[in-house]
Amino acid sequence: MPADALGRGVRRLGAGTINAVVRIGYAARFFVAILTHSPQSILRVGLTTREIYFAGVLSLVIILLSGLFVGMVLALQGFDVLEKYGAGDSLGVFVALSLVRELGPVVAGLLFASRAGSAITAEIGLMKTTDQLAAMEMMAVDPLSRIVAPRFWGGVISMPLLAALFSVVGVFFENIVGVRLIGADSGTFWGNMRAGVGFWPDITNGIIKSCVFGVAVCLIAVFEGYTAKPTAEGVATATTRTVVIGSLAILALDFVLTVFMFRGMGAK
Amino acid sequence: MNRTTIDFWVGIFVLIGIGAVVFLALRVGNLTSLTTTPSYRLEAHFDNIGGLKLRAPVKAAGVAVGRVDRIQLDPRSYEAVVTMRIDNGYQFSKDTIASILTSGLLGEVYIGLAVGGDPQMLADGGQIGKTQSAVVLEKLISQFMFDKASSAPAPAGAAK
Repeated sequence: MPADALGRGVRRLGAGTINAVVRIGYAARFFVAILTHSPQSILRVGLTTREIYFAGVLSLVIILLSGLFVGMVLALQGFDVLEKYGAGDSLGVFVALSLVRELGPVVAGLLFASRAGSAITAEIGLMKTTDQLAAMEMMAVDPLSRIVAPRFWGGVISMPLLAALFSVVGVFFENIVGVRLIGADSGTFWGNMRAGVGFWPDITNGIIKSCVFGVAVCLIAVFEGYTAKPTAEGVATATTRTVVIGSLAILALDFVLTVFMFRGMGAK
Repeated sequence: MNRTTIDFWVGIFVLIGIGAVVFLALRVGNLTSLTTTPSYRLEAHFDNIGGLKLRAPVKAAGVAVGRVDRIQLDPRSYEAVVTMRIDNGYQFSKDTIASILTSGLLGEVYIGLAVGGDPQMLADGGQIGKTQSAVVLEKLISQFMFDKASSAPAPAGAAK
C-alpha cells in the first residue's frame, strides 16, 4: 500500500531527526560532564601524560612524514605557478602562509582524527563491550574521570603541538627543495617569508584553529567510544563514525573559523 | 611501558612542540619586529597616497627605518595625513622630503625619505613639510597622450 509506505518513510525521517537532536544534546552534556570531571584527571598527571604519549608521541611519525612531503610538493607546485608570473621570490611566503594558516591545522587534524581519534574510540568502546567500565563503576571508580577525561585532555594538548610541528617540518623541507633543488635564493626566501607572515593574525590564528580541531576531534572520539553499542560490530561502527564525523567536523569548522578570522584582512 | 620512559618521551614531545611554535614565531613570522623598539612619530601630508597601506615600510636610502602607523583624511584640506613610527636610532633633518614610491612596477608601496641639509632635526610629532605624492600610472599615461596630441604637427589635410 503506497500510503502505508509513505507513512513509514515519514516516520523514519522523524525518528532520524529526533535521534540526531538527542545525540547532539547528549554530546553537549557529555562535554560538560568531561569538563566537570577534569580536575581529578589533571590532579593525577600520570593518567594524562600516558594519553599524551599514545595520542601525541606515537602520532609524531605520520605527522612529521606528511609535513615533509606536503612541504616539498607545495614548494615544487608553488614555484611552477609563481614563476609564470615572475613571482618566484614569493615562494617562501606562499608556502609558509598556506602551511601556517590552513594545511598545518587541517591536515594534522585529519591525520590526528584517523590515527589517534580512532584508537581512542576503539579503546573506550572495547572497554565498554568487555564491561570494564561497568566494573569500574562497581568499584566506585568514576570511568568519566579515570578513562574519558585523561584521553580527552591528552588529545587536546597534543593537537596544537602536532600542528605546529607539521608546519615547521613543512617549511623546513620547502626550504630544502626551494633553495637546494630549484635554486631560489636563501636570503630572499627567508626575508620575504618573515615580511609576509605576521605573528598576530597568521600564526596565532593557526594555533587557535588547531586547538579548536583538537577539542572537536577528541570530543567526537570519546563520545563515540562511550556510546558505542557493546558488540564487536558496534565498536567497528563507532570507530568508523569517529573518523568520518571527525574529518567532516574539521573541514566544516575550518571554513567557519576562516570566515571569521581572515574576513576583511585584505581591506585592512 | 615504564612510567618514567613515558614521562620522558612526553617531555621531549612537549619541548619540541613548544620549540616549533617559537620557531614559527621568530623565524617564519616577524614577532621580533613586533616587539616594540622605541620609536617616535612623524607626520606628513600627501595629496594622494596611491596604494599605501598600514604597516608599510618607511625607508631612507633603501633601509627600512620605520613603519606607517596611521592613515587619515584631513577633513578640511582633503589631504591624506600619514603618521609614521620611526626607530629612535634615526634622526631626520627638518627639510626631509617624504615621497610615496613603489618597488618595481608591481611591488609594495612604501614611503621614501630623502634627507636634506638642515642642521635642525625633526622631533617626536613633527611634520615633514615637503612631500611628493604617489605617481598614478593612469594620470601619467593620459598626460603623455594629451601632450603628444597637442604638440603633434597638424595633419596634412588640415594644413590647407
